[in-house]
Amino acid sequence: MTLLAVERIKLFTTRSPWWCAAVTLAIVIGFAALITGTADFQVSVASTQSGYGFGLAVIMVLAALSITTEYRFGTIRTTFQAVPNRTSALLAKTTVVALLALVIGEAAAFGALGLSAVMDSGANLALSSAADWRQVAGVGVVYALTAVMAVAVGIMIRHSAGAISLLLIYSMLVESLIPLIPAVGEDIHRWMPFNVVEKFLSGDGSARGAAAEGPPLSTSTLSPTLALVYFAGVAALLLTVSLVVAKKRDA
Amino acid sequence: MIEANGLTKRYGKTVAVDDLTFAAEAGKVTGFLGPNGAGKSTTMRMLLGLDNPTSGTATIDGKRYHELRHPLRTVGALLDAKWVHPNRSARAHLTWMAKANGIPKRRVDEVLETVGLTSVAGKRAGGFSLGMSQRLGIAGALLGDPQVLLFDEPVNGLDPEGIFWIRQFMHRLADEGRTVFVSSHLLSEMALTANELIVIGRGKLIAQSSTKEFVARASENAVKVRSPQLTAFRPVLSAAGAGLIDEDGSVIVSGLDCEAIGELAAKHDVVLHELSPQHGSLEAAFMQLAGDAVEYTAVIDSEDAAKAAELVAAR
Repeated sequence: MTLLAVERIKLFTTRSPWWCAAVTLAIVIGFAALITGTADFQVSVASTQSGYGFGLAVIMVLAALSITTEYRFGTIRTTFQAVPNRTSALLAKTTVVALLALVIGEAAAFGALGLSAVMDSGANLALSSAADWRQVAGVGVVYALTAVMAVAVGIMIRHSAGAISLLLIYSMLVESLIPLIPAVGEDIHRWMPFNVVEKFLSGDGSARGAAAEGPPLSTSTLSPTLALVYFAGVAALLLTVSLVVAKKRDA
Repeated sequence: MIEANGLTKRYGKTVAVDDLTFAAEAGKVTGFLGPNGAGKSTTMRMLLGLDNPTSGTATIDGKRYHELRHPLRTVGALLDAKWVHPNRSARAHLTWMAKANGIPKRRVDEVLETVGLTSVAGKRAGGFSLGMSQRLGIAGALLGDPQVLLFDEPVNGLDPEGIFWIRQFMHRLADEGRTVFVSSHLLSEMALTANELIVIGRGKLIAQSSTKEFVARASENAVKVRSPQLTAFRPVLSAAGAGLIDEDGSVIVSGLDCEAIGELAAKHDVVLHELSPQHGSLEAAFMQLAGDAVEYTAVIDSEDAAKAAELVAAR
């Protein structure tokens, strides 16, 4: 508990988490407003969450920065001096960052839904099925797990620019380009984490309503629940590797 | 009490710290002396559990750093004053450190007061001058009221006032019975600050003794010789096995005492204008002892480096 408090103090006494939180909220909610205000189709629960991917990128930046700035400014050494057990120090940090990402994600998702409901009172934006709930409440969960991955990558790479480019290039480009590989591309893509977690969020697209407007659905063959478990597993694996690396390495 | 036992750190083929064994006792300021790149910081990082030794042990009060429960209450350290998030305030920086080791919050204000940073406690540390950062680093080291304190090059880049303050401060800490371990490449500074010296070069222990003894031992055989026939006398001295360093119009002879030089001069009919034993500076003492072990001679200062090169060549 003490270590969580320590990491909370560290996180909130710098500016970048505040900025990243504000930007995430602005993007996700703003995007919903834009879609709802201009849509020529029936606005749905899913369409209010269109800004999710952009918010995800900012969450990655926030989470990666939370650890890479420690390496950049040498405070990681002060941290390890105060808490020689590196695993618990880094786990505490990961937990705090993940919780923040969860809160930001839920606030952004429900904010987007709420604003859309206000803007278009005729739209059916009630959360009436499990799929609807996953589409909205799932955003915070995915943000939290993504934050864990980003912290893990940050621990391994240690440099802000390197960690952030890797995360963004992977999530924005690599996953969507893999299907272009002939024959095996689609099969690989089916198991890539951000594609899989899309299955958890949008499932078979039932939250999209009658209009069924939106980007292509996930090609994952897993059930939504298993998709989340798979995504969490990838995050846990990355975190474990990063903790082992941090423990062995000179600070 | 700080102890290193056979402490060794290798980076690939480079040996940064080579089988180092020493101890720093309580109630004294122990100077950890060596040129830049001698392995001082690496040794300190190993003492603090930041770097893993390739072999050997580093202990504080008989325990490895990892075994300390609330380490900041046992060991305070200032390795680099810039290890602060620039956008975090001085108070916030100390607050999280205190929190991590169960140190009461009022202690934060106490140490800020001690180092004279109370008025800027809420300001972002990135805007601090080097002297202020150094003070903040010292505040962090003092936070847990530890019995053992480590400072890495604490006077680097400070103005005379800051240097004086730190020097007084170290003495006070040692007088309170604490173990104070200070590294420096500034030998003159160590002569004023340290009671004991641990001298290393290229990662190897060169000497551990009291500061007085160290200076005396290293400079007892240096003699200044001035003579109009110096050109003729030099080869004679060299042949007798002496080390020679030129100074304008005279030569500093090491390895021979006044009597021996005087007799040599008489034997070869050399007129001497001056024959005086030198109570050499700590620099000279260091160069003489560490000559072989100096890796980057250029970092000292070109004159000293030239002397060192001659000393080494003369051996």
